[in-house]
Amino acid sequence: MSKKEFIWNRKHLIGLRDLSREEIEYILDTAQGFEQVSTRSIKKAPTLRGKVVVNLFFEDSTRTRNSFTLAANRLSADVIEFTQKSSSVNKGETLLDTARNLEAMGIDIVVIRHSAGGAPKFLSRNINASVVNAGDGYCEHPTQGLLDTFTIRKIRGSLEGLKIAIVGDIAHSRVARSDIYAMTKLGAEVTLVGPPTLMPAKINQLPVQVSYSLDAVIGQVDVINMLRIQFERMGTNPFPSIKEYSHYFGLTVDRMKKMKKDVLVMHPGPINRGVEIESEVADGPNSVILQQVTNGLAVRMAVLFLVNQGAMVKE
Amino acid sequence: MEVLLSSDKIADCITALADEIVSKAARGDKIAVIGIRSRGEILGKRLSDALSKKLKTKLPCGTLDITLYRDDINNPQGQSQPLVRSTEIGFDIDDKIIILVDDVLYTGRSTRAAMDALIDLGRPKAIRLAVLIERTGRELPISADFVGLKVDLPAEKSVQVNFVESDGKDRVIVI
Repeated sequence: MSKKEFIWNRKHLIGLRDLSREEIEYILDTAQGFEQVSTRSIKKAPTLRGKVVVNLFFEDSTRTRNSFTLAANRLSADVIEFTQKSSSVNKGETLLDTARNLEAMGIDIVVIRHSAGGAPKFLSRNINASVVNAGDGYCEHPTQGLLDTFTIRKIRGSLEGLKIAIVGDIAHSRVARSDIYAMTKLGAEVTLVGPPTLMPAKINQLPVQVSYSLDAVIGQVDVINMLRIQFERMGTNPFPSIKEYSHYFGLTVDRMKKMKKDVLVMHPGPINRGVEIESEVADGPNSVILQQVTNGLAVRMAVLFLVNQGAMVKE
Repeated sequence: MEVLLSSDKIADCITALADEIVSKAARGDKIAVIGIRSRGEILGKRLSDALSKKLKTKLPCGTLDITLYRDDINNPQGQSQPLVRSTEIGFDIDDKIIILVDDVLYTGRSTRAAMDALIDLGRPKAIRLAVLIERTGRELPISADFVGLKVDLPAEKSVQVNFVESDGKDRVIVI
């Protein structure tokens, strides 16, 4: 029964690209153990009592930030909420100075979201606290990749051999990258679907297939993950009109009819209803969008728990 | 290596534990069995089967994972890393008499963690502790209500409980 002793020794969670399959599965297994904390009468465990978590968010977020806050609270950690809008960053303070000042107050874990790719890695090299990436630039959003994978695994048992389509704005999506790393490492075949203007530059370096037609792949996939069109990150117009985009790449009721009966419809949120996905589909029986949010909590509890464990191994 | 209990003796102990629990139960008591992962889970299932037979009614039985409640979670004592697994208790523990089951009672720290974990799940009428082996060396003011075998061993010795389900055979040994 006892497998060869596996020791989780990572103090930080920067990206899924660096993680082995075994490490990803270890996080998912651990997350499974945390699910029940959220379903019982007292939704709290004393595990991180006396630890301080800082939510260092340089970009807007509701889901991820609240999910991390609640995850930390459920493990009895204290949480400092940092937002750029009301902070000294507006007075010219650098990322490192901000972090070091927070660290001087005795924090244990920094959860960081930043528009610059590599910011979490930079921070992890320069401060003593554990660093968890909550989204950096177009690089990675590891906890989203983990919760997507967790959701699929929970419903299907395994990702081995599953065909997964990730549709839409791949170029601007850190979610897509983390999804690709996690899902392919666990044995799924991933196809990216979208217009060429929304595909990343070095796509041939990723372990994926590419299709420029949603209708061409729709009948074969077991899971379809509809990404949000990130209007805020687009300088130029990558497609002629929203209507045209929806026509070719939107998940509509008509397209649903051509899909496998048990296909899982996912979306990392926030949804642009009527753009990448029709409301009837987002709220339909195949949608697991809200389960993703619920599972995100268990996954983030597991991640906070594990980076704290990893910090002790290093010492 | 010394064998404390053989397979037959383990079965006898479980029967004796069940007899004692039944003899002390009052009419109308709502009894449920909860085993502490992982050897307590197996023992708990066997004990609950034995109790269900004697009482001619199927007792609720669950599994408790105490990792999140361990007092050494941020202060690791050994080499092994705590593994979080799920608690599976598919019934309401409120107002029930919970027979908390573990394989070995030694320092009492696991029992303390288990009691805290249980209280977060609800408010049982009472918690009673049933163990296969009670060993001297308590570090907390905790005692067992139902005991299979009492032993007194020097601190450097360790007691290992093996079950068919997890280890291929039933036996209790001292190493």
